[in-house]
Amino acid sequence: MHSVSEAVPTTGRYRLLGHPTDLAGHVATLGPAPLRSGSARGWHEAFVSVLEASGLAGRGGAGFPSAIKLAVAHAAGRGGTIVVNAMEGEPASDKDKLLLIRSPHLVLDGAQLLAAATSAQRVTVCVPAGREQVASAVSLAMAERAAAGCAPVQEVMVRPPDRFVAGEESALVRWVESGQSLPSFRPDKGTPLRIGRKGALVHNAETLAHIAMIARTGPDAFRAHGLVEDPGTSLVTISGAVEHPGVVEVDRGTPLIDIANRATPIGTPQALLVGGYGGSWVDPVHFTTPYASLSLRAIGATAGVGIVIVLGQDACGLMESARVAHYMAGQSAGQCGPCVYGLPAIADDMTRLARGHVDSGLMARLGRRLREVDGRGACRHPDGAVNLVRSALGVFAADVADHVGGAPCGRGSRPSQLRFPQTTRAA
Amino acid sequence: MIRILVDPVACDAYGYCAELLPEAITLDEWGYPVVDGKPLPPELVDTARRAARDCPRRAITLRERKGGR
Repeated sequence: MHSVSEAVPTTGRYRLLGHPTDLAGHVATLGPAPLRSGSARGWHEAFVSVLEASGLAGRGGAGFPSAIKLAVAHAAGRGGTIVVNAMEGEPASDKDKLLLIRSPHLVLDGAQLLAAATSAQRVTVCVPAGREQVASAVSLAMAERAAAGCAPVQEVMVRPPDRFVAGEESALVRWVESGQSLPSFRPDKGTPLRIGRKGALVHNAETLAHIAMIARTGPDAFRAHGLVEDPGTSLVTISGAVEHPGVVEVDRGTPLIDIANRATPIGTPQALLVGGYGGSWVDPVHFTTPYASLSLRAIGATAGVGIVIVLGQDACGLMESARVAHYMAGQSAGQCGPCVYGLPAIADDMTRLARGHVDSGLMARLGRRLREVDGRGACRHPDGAVNLVRSALGVFAADVADHVGGAPCGRGSRPSQLRFPQTTRAA
Repeated sequence: MIRILVDPVACDAYGYCAELLPEAITLDEWGYPVVDGKPLPPELVDTARRAARDCPRRAITLRERKGGR
């Protein structure tokens, strides 16, 4: 595995990275987690109002406002589980790994705070099988906390399979409950998740670290970064054609190109892939777009998981997208027909296009398949793949024309600039 | 207003629903139902109920929905 590292340290008042890793240092620097004092009800209301005032939105991809999610879970009843989602299934994301290796106590404090706020009885940290560096950091931190009495509710770690969809929240909860790593069909996504008869509140590891910081600093320190409508900082993993790949902590609203520049691109970027393999390619005309939910939505992208991949000039964006499409097809949970059959078909169309093996019906067929697969799975895995391919057809439109015209760019035979797990066969 | 909902996990592409209710359900190239998503005209509700009842995988449900999406 590639090493997990921070690209360039960030400076500023509020930050997630750079705190001591051990419990004694963590508490000496940040103070203890401000857990319940006084009446439970008063503490809960104060905690929710601080989170609301902060404007924190989840950092796991969906961007759901944390305070609302908390209120929903609280209504679901006591005795439940706080599920820490450190599955980080996106191959180009390292932020949650780095966070748990460097600042495990921040993440666990956030989980304990939520447990106190929702009367949960357990914190379950999900780290994929095979990620031993992360798992040992979490084990060590849990042992420190148990010995020091810093874990009011029990903290346990579980090891789901290392697959793309394993971190989808319904799949994660189902795995914790029954050992099946499969997304559930939930027409009402707002329905609270359950483990047995008790509520389960799933939060991304980074979101929990923010909660632990905001509970200490108050909402204003968080709001000192980012935008009014999209405040705070975000961890972003930068990779691709750059000198210094790694994780950076950026203010929300930072122009995309400024984020990429933190890792020193090699040459002028041809395009950026924002949000991961279920995300979108971004054209150079949009490089100054602020890294914020609304601004990205306006150009058809999403913040998704914090990922920026720099595509160099010597790569074929269509071939890279075909590789991603094949990867995503291989990562289907295998439950829903449109995903099981549609994603491989779309990936094959993309490979033909990338190689310049274009029959007269290809573009119409690909367009129809993209329309038909979109939104037809139990989870959003197929939608992400469709989104990625659609954005490729737009951003690399000039290449599409050349490839359709039988004159492919020839850059497709170069090695990929993207990261794929070694078990996956690329296109 | 009634809408048709297909559970994509349960669905095994038998295709009876599209035979019964071609006005609202078509099949994709792999035989899985695509629902047009529009509110169901009242005269089709009984047929839609039958499609839901006859689905071997019980993958179709009818939902009362208020307003837009």
